[in-house]
Amino acid sequence: MGAQRKSATRVSEDAEELARHPLQAILLADSFATKFRPITLERPKVLLPLVNVPMINYTLAWLESAGVEEVFVFCCAHSRQVIDYLENSEWHSQPNFAVTTIESHNSISAGDALRLMYERNVICGDFVLISGDTVSNMSLTQALQEHKDRRKKDNNAVMTMVIKRSKPSSITRQSRLGTDELFIAIDPQTKQLVYYEEKADQLKVIVSLDNSLLIDNPSISLHNDKQDCYIDICSPEVLSLFTDNFDYQHLRRHFVKGLLVDDIMGYKIFTHEIHSSYAARIDNYRSYDTISKDIIQRWTYPFVPDVKFFENCATRLEREGMYRASEIEQSRSSHIGPLTVIGKGTTIGNNSMILNSVIGKGCVIGSNVSVVGSYIWDNVTIEDGCELKHAIVCDGVIIKSGAVLEPGVVLSFKVVIGQQFVVPAYSKVSLLPQPTQQDSDEELEYADNSHGTVDSSNIGTVDKLNGDVTSELSETQHWPSSELGPGGVGHVWSICEGGHEEEWRHSVAPIPADKLAEAAQTVDDDLELLNLDAGALLPSGELKFDSNTNGSEDEDIEDSRDDSIYFEKEVEATFLRAVHENIKVDDIILEMNSLRLSYNMTSADCAGAIFYALMKLALETPHNSPGELQQNVAGLVNAWKKLMMFYAKEIDDQIEVILKFEEMCLESAKEFSLSFAQILHLLYGKDILEEDAILRWAEEKNDADESDKVYVKQSEKFIQWLKEASEEED
Amino acid sequence: MMDFQVVVLAGGTSKKLLPLVSKEVPKALLPVANRPVLSYILDQLELSNLKNLIVVVEGEEAALHVGSWILGAFFDRLHVEVVAVPEDVGTAGALRAIARHLTAKDILVVSGDIVSDVPPGAVAAVHRRHDAAVTTTLCSASNSGPADSGSSGGKEKAKKRRVCNIIGLDNTKQFLLYIATGVEVEKDIRIQKSILHAVGQMEIRADLMDAHMYAFKRSVLQEVLEKKEKFQSLKLDVLPYLVRSQLKSELSLNGTPQTEENGNEKVTFQNNQAMISQILTHASAQSFHEVHSLGHNGTAPVQRSHKCCVYIASSSKYCARLDSIQAFSDINRDVIGEANHLSGYSFSAHNNIIHPSVQLGSKTTVGPHCLLGEGSQMGDKCSVKRSVIGRHCRIGSNVKVVNSVIMNHVTIGDGCSIQGSVICNNVQLQERVALKDCQVGAAFVATTGCEYKGELLARK
Repeated sequence: MGAQRKSATRVSEDAEELARHPLQAILLADSFATKFRPITLERPKVLLPLVNVPMINYTLAWLESAGVEEVFVFCCAHSRQVIDYLENSEWHSQPNFAVTTIESHNSISAGDALRLMYERNVICGDFVLISGDTVSNMSLTQALQEHKDRRKKDNNAVMTMVIKRSKPSSITRQSRLGTDELFIAIDPQTKQLVYYEEKADQLKVIVSLDNSLLIDNPSISLHNDKQDCYIDICSPEVLSLFTDNFDYQHLRRHFVKGLLVDDIMGYKIFTHEIHSSYAARIDNYRSYDTISKDIIQRWTYPFVPDVKFFENCATRLEREGMYRASEIEQSRSSHIGPLTVIGKGTTIGNNSMILNSVIGKGCVIGSNVSVVGSYIWDNVTIEDGCELKHAIVCDGVIIKSGAVLEPGVVLSFKVVIGQQFVVPAYSKVSLLPQPTQQDSDEELEYADNSHGTVDSSNIGTVDKLNGDVTSELSETQHWPSSELGPGGVGHVWSICEGGHEEEWRHSVAPIPADKLAEAAQTVDDDLELLNLDAGALLPSGELKFDSNTNGSEDEDIEDSRDDSIYFEKEVEATFLRAVHENIKVDDIILEMNSLRLSYNMTSADCAGAIFYALMKLALETPHNSPGELQQNVAGLVNAWKKLMMFYAKEIDDQIEVILKFEEMCLESAKEFSLSFAQILHLLYGKDILEEDAILRWAEEKNDADESDKVYVKQSEKFIQWLKEASEEED
Repeated sequence: MMDFQVVVLAGGTSKKLLPLVSKEVPKALLPVANRPVLSYILDQLELSNLKNLIVVVEGEEAALHVGSWILGAFFDRLHVEVVAVPEDVGTAGALRAIARHLTAKDILVVSGDIVSDVPPGAVAAVHRRHDAAVTTTLCSASNSGPADSGSSGGKEKAKKRRVCNIIGLDNTKQFLLYIATGVEVEKDIRIQKSILHAVGQMEIRADLMDAHMYAFKRSVLQEVLEKKEKFQSLKLDVLPYLVRSQLKSELSLNGTPQTEENGNEKVTFQNNQAMISQILTHASAQSFHEVHSLGHNGTAPVQRSHKCCVYIASSSKYCARLDSIQAFSDINRDVIGEANHLSGYSFSAHNNIIHPSVQLGSKTTVGPHCLLGEGSQMGDKCSVKRSVIGRHCRIGSNVKVVNSVIMNHVTIGDGCSIQGSVICNNVQLQERVALKDCQVGAAFVATTGCEYKGELLARK
């Protein structure tokens, strides 16, 4: 009886088993950002040690525990290092867990990576999208089930995003992970994501939601207390969406926002909130610090130092959250405080004090050293009497006696700090010189990262640096002793302008009191500003609801008008460049698309703007008679027919073109007004305008004022001819 | 309830309600199931033991009529003072005009044209419990108001509901964080980040409706009215202003600090560090107002904030405002129909009310959801469906009355047909008059055989 039942259940399980795909994951082993420079010039971010274990191991171990069977690791910057690491690790010999590396040298964004994944055609079902710097212990079962159930009902539910409660500080406006505050709106019933705004403009004191959201849902919740865990469960369509929209680069800023704004395709994103489990991504030095502490305090269990997962050595947990590996030589007079991890084979000298820190393998710490809140990686030598506060010290660094690291210092690989030298707060020191092309601007992240790929081609030299060559180098090369004290080796990276202001936000060091006070003051000022305006009244007696000092409504309209003017100008400039530099139509379409997206315009707007630019060029080309002008137009239309047709596909777009033409004839380019009908005919002849568009345009003008009908009348014959032709067809 | 003064804004002779209203019958006295609309709210106030009232009427003459009616109907039951204010001063203007009459600590302001069973006492209690600057009453938009419940026509209409208010609430649904009314509703929803920073999460609802019942702290109300001279409307100006400025209050609040009597909160913080951790850990454990009002560094003076609370009536409650002719018809139908518990009458087995003094001819039928007032007479072979007929009406034979309201002393000749119409006092319809969707003003005379459709008839 019992056996029978057993076999019965097994049969049904098997049936399910057959129907399902193995769960796959795409792990991006490149964050396509530069926040961990200078360290990441020499080693990829995913291989940086997090509590003495390379980050990628946390991600992979979690994926394995969550039931993922196949992982594609996408390697970009320093791809060789990642691949070598994985090939020599135990990950390659796991049963039921296949790790495949995919290498790319020209991807500069997550978007590129996913497009490449699409080309490879290896993803066959729902997959987990994650980057290799994510630490989590959540169970995927429920989120996956929710995702699948939604998919059954609605094929457009392409993505489930994992979120977690985390309220950003009301003063610094950033989360404990050092990331910017996030505003999201969710439908409380369906959990659909309807609004997503990160990198919110700090100066704007208002979140503006589209009024139409409330027409579909009677209620939505707007959150400022959620953290995006950057763990996404995606349907295969996501990859094709990236391919269709080749201008999507960033997963959130472009893809998520793109889907939310676009209501034509109706793709939907949902959220899954985790409550008791852990998920966080290491985005910057501050999150590195926060997540390290979370690991030490065991929030990430089972991924903690004393539980063996991958490549962590046997570590014992002692009282007060102290973890000690084997073979540690510790002087009796030294003091090791709580929440500290000491790696294997490290020696600690007399009277040294280590608090709230992580020390790697094989470090040598002298006497009377004080290490507070710092991250010391492997084989670091700290000589007597040094003082380290909230610093990150990479492999092989030597800190000579009496040196001091002030809070927020980052010492990259094999740097040497000279005797008695005081490294000022937030300094970044590396053996590699600072790249000359320095852009702190977040928006230029991608451009910057193309530099990152150059880095990877430089790996040869970097790897040499890592080898014994360093000593040679330091001998042959003359290091200005002034920069890092006597015997110091390395370049102090200058903090670029503007960057300094934000340095404290993302540093491992706690936020200094004066900065907090400053931030608090801004918060107050904002509120002050808010009320000031609230008191102002519009003439109608109706309250204006804004905190900008001027009338908000007018400004908004002004803004959008400005936008369309700028857009037209940019389109025109792009078009002219295309004409003069003979750029291929496909490339121009690409550029136009990105313009269109950044200005949030429709393809009709594009069609109109391109047409405007084209006609303007025709007008500016020398001519003596209306006939010659028409020839100019014909020439240009011939040359750029494909471009026009790309944007004027729909009848509505074409009508927009006609309207634009009319507007030009009336205002900016009256010269065309005589040739209106001829040019209309020409456009029809070149298949840019379909007869439907022309007829509908004429129809719409039926009820217009006489003055508006000038051009309809001028084209009457032509329209008549079109009508007759279509009737004949019928 | 002690120390709560109620201000009933009874309006005047609203132009929107012509020809139903007149100097003799101002809006407050329009009949709903044969009782002046004002009596509904006064009954509710009495039930809640809120007996100290000021009834504000626009126009001297209207005030006299309202005053004499109240004196007759509520003598000994309520302590009412009727005050006349000039016309078109707006709700805020009306309160400004009666400022010197306001003495209690808290003021409950209700609109006199509300027909509702939402208990005003509960609103007052919520207001008191939170020591709020303002408490506003919300009811669910789908269940109330003539807009939907009236025309039980179709679900499609309900689907394409018109959003009348956009409301932002905290997750405990106790505090009002955002409100958009009037034309603001048509615009994008613009939420102050500072409030989001304080609460973390805001629920934005489009399915709640303002029930026009507000409790104010008197000092707050008077201060705002005084300082903001241009404010005309409580709903459009005063309430949104208070909601918007709740975290950075400009109100003096009689000098009483807003921090609650909570031991932990009163500690003066010695250093920033403790301060910050306090803010971070207590993020939303405490009411966000209190946390916010702690100030951001130890030395700064305590930030002032005031609380804007909400009372959300349960979705089974009825709430409608008699502010249009459509609403007048709908409310009359509802009160003798779906919401008949409001009428105060006990319905017969046929689900209608026929006063014992009514005389009905032979073969005359009165359907369910009908009300026939005292002393009215009907001839033979009449039919009445879903209608209210007032007092002392004389109705001939073969008369059809469907979906209509007929006020008092109306004379209707034989063979008339009345559908979807409102007929005011003393109207005379001669024989075979046919009315469809008409409003007939007081004392109008319709001559024999006339047919009207969708017209507004009034005596010249």
